[in-house]
Amino acid sequence: MELSRLQRRSDNEWWIAPHGKMRVPAVIFATEPLIRDMDEKVYEQVTNVATLPGIVKASYAMPDAHWGYGFPIGGVAAFDADKDGVISAGGVGFDISCGVRTLLTGLTLADIQPVKDKLADLLFRKIPAGVGSRGQLSLNEKEMHSMLTGGAQWAVKRGYGAAADLQRVEENGCIPGARPDEVSDRAKKRQREEMGTLGSGNHYLEVQHVAKLVDLDIAAAFGLFQGDIVLSIHCGSRGLGHQIGTEFLTRMVAAASQHGIELPDRELACAPIHSPVGEAYLGAMRGAINCALANRQIITHLVREAFKEIFPRSELPLLYDVSHNTCKIEEHAVAGKKMRLFVHRKGATRAFGPGHEAVPEPLRAVGQPVLIGGTMGTASYVLAGTNQGMDLAFGSACHGAGRSMSRHQALRQWRGSEVVQNLANRGVLIRSRSLRGVAEEAPGAYKDVSAVVEAADHAGLARTVARLEPVICVKG
Amino acid sequence: MAACRWELLPHGADIGVRGVGRTKAEAFEQAAVALTAVITEPASVSPHECVEISCAADDDELLLVNWLNALVYEMATRKMLFGRYEVRIEGSQLFGKAWGEAIDENRHELGVEVKGATCTELKVARDPDGGWTAQCVVDV
Repeated sequence: MELSRLQRRSDNEWWIAPHGKMRVPAVIFATEPLIRDMDEKVYEQVTNVATLPGIVKASYAMPDAHWGYGFPIGGVAAFDADKDGVISAGGVGFDISCGVRTLLTGLTLADIQPVKDKLADLLFRKIPAGVGSRGQLSLNEKEMHSMLTGGAQWAVKRGYGAAADLQRVEENGCIPGARPDEVSDRAKKRQREEMGTLGSGNHYLEVQHVAKLVDLDIAAAFGLFQGDIVLSIHCGSRGLGHQIGTEFLTRMVAAASQHGIELPDRELACAPIHSPVGEAYLGAMRGAINCALANRQIITHLVREAFKEIFPRSELPLLYDVSHNTCKIEEHAVAGKKMRLFVHRKGATRAFGPGHEAVPEPLRAVGQPVLIGGTMGTASYVLAGTNQGMDLAFGSACHGAGRSMSRHQALRQWRGSEVVQNLANRGVLIRSRSLRGVAEEAPGAYKDVSAVVEAADHAGLARTVARLEPVICVKG
Repeated sequence: MAACRWELLPHGADIGVRGVGRTKAEAFEQAAVALTAVITEPASVSPHECVEISCAADDDELLLVNWLNALVYEMATRKMLFGRYEVRIEGSQLFGKAWGEAIDENRHELGVEVKGATCTELKVARDPDGGWTAQCVVDV
């Protein structure tokens, strides 16, 4: 991205003053090298978002921002429903409520080493992943309805995991206001056999070890200690969310034009929050959020079963579960006044600071865990929300490394079997049904996740707590 | 006029599909082959079963998005792969046939699942040589 078009406010904060049809400024959080590497499309998209009706304060881009659909991936924007504010399917993304869940295992790297292969095979066998995979349960109409309204709470009632898990999930595992009647039959049909499946692409299940602690106190509060083994799950609302995203994109193109909303880019399709399409989307999207939470809850249960076969006394309690493609109603202070806002986070993690009532009691004093997924060859990070971040970008932080290379380029550069072998030589076991998928997801095709996390930390969006490195990775 | 062909286009996080044909319908058929190529090698899919698919839209570009999304839906719900396509377009209506078979990991080298077609880089247009191009980015 061309630096001359930005005003530098600090080492990690860059502003684009309102011009043209922008209603508010655009703000990008990143270091100078990250900005230089950022796609020009991020500039275009973050400024386009700033033109939307009812946007409050600014349109934000996180340090891992890249070219998305209408909104940049790594985009955050809040809208005031009472000021003609809008909701946008592109501002949430196709994989609604895609997110990361991390489980503590109580085991150490030394415990895992002798059984690493066996554990990798077991996880690979137990958790359905990849193109065309089916879950163990098939939902009838009644159960589909209960899942869409109940989320992870429904999954726990069905015997997947324990009630104690729920307080470690955003919204206690169930977002209210889901409207199964607004979820199309096609979306439901696409999901019927996909509960408890990982998906493909950048989704994964990873056994990781705590390689480095940065903030010892917060790490201890999160239950993270040097050398510990944790397990992270990255996936979303599967076919249901994709179908809802797809259908509402075209419905919102029509709605925007009906409501006289000028769209600089068709992909920015949106509808007033207070409109039939806006309300229908909210109801359907919340159903998809619950679907994603239920999906990660079922996978958690399968993971626990696998661990129990090798470590009969293991329990795997949740550290936390975050979603990074959502639109949620939240209360934020704007110019000293409390406002109820519809906060879109597309490829951005909620990162509420210490004391926030949405952060579960045992963690409230230190802030919300922010789980950042990296690549299978580098690292993932655990951060904590800050009070500063609440003012900077409505309590939001980055979500991952972000690609630096297209899938096409990656396929030309690497062979899947070589990627698997190279990682095995470094002690990382990969299990995947798709060697082509592994090549497309080669660690070298991604930006440096450490640089992204450092920028988020230095900008004050969140505080680095621990670095996790992969031991086993199951890819879709 | 260029012969029918398809190609994949590089995109930051996802991938683009492009079909080129002598007619709009052929360009749509080729774009569908490109869609298959995101998931697996199209030539590896045997045309055992035919699925009929129809859709409609107000303009050619949204018709392409709807066509590709209909294929994504049928492949996902039938757990099938399609490798050959036939398209007829009448005004705002598309009538399509897709031939394929059930996913067989032993014969199909699988890449990634497609979540949906998008309006990014979306274009359905006549080429200077009189042929047609139909393209868009798909989210994977």
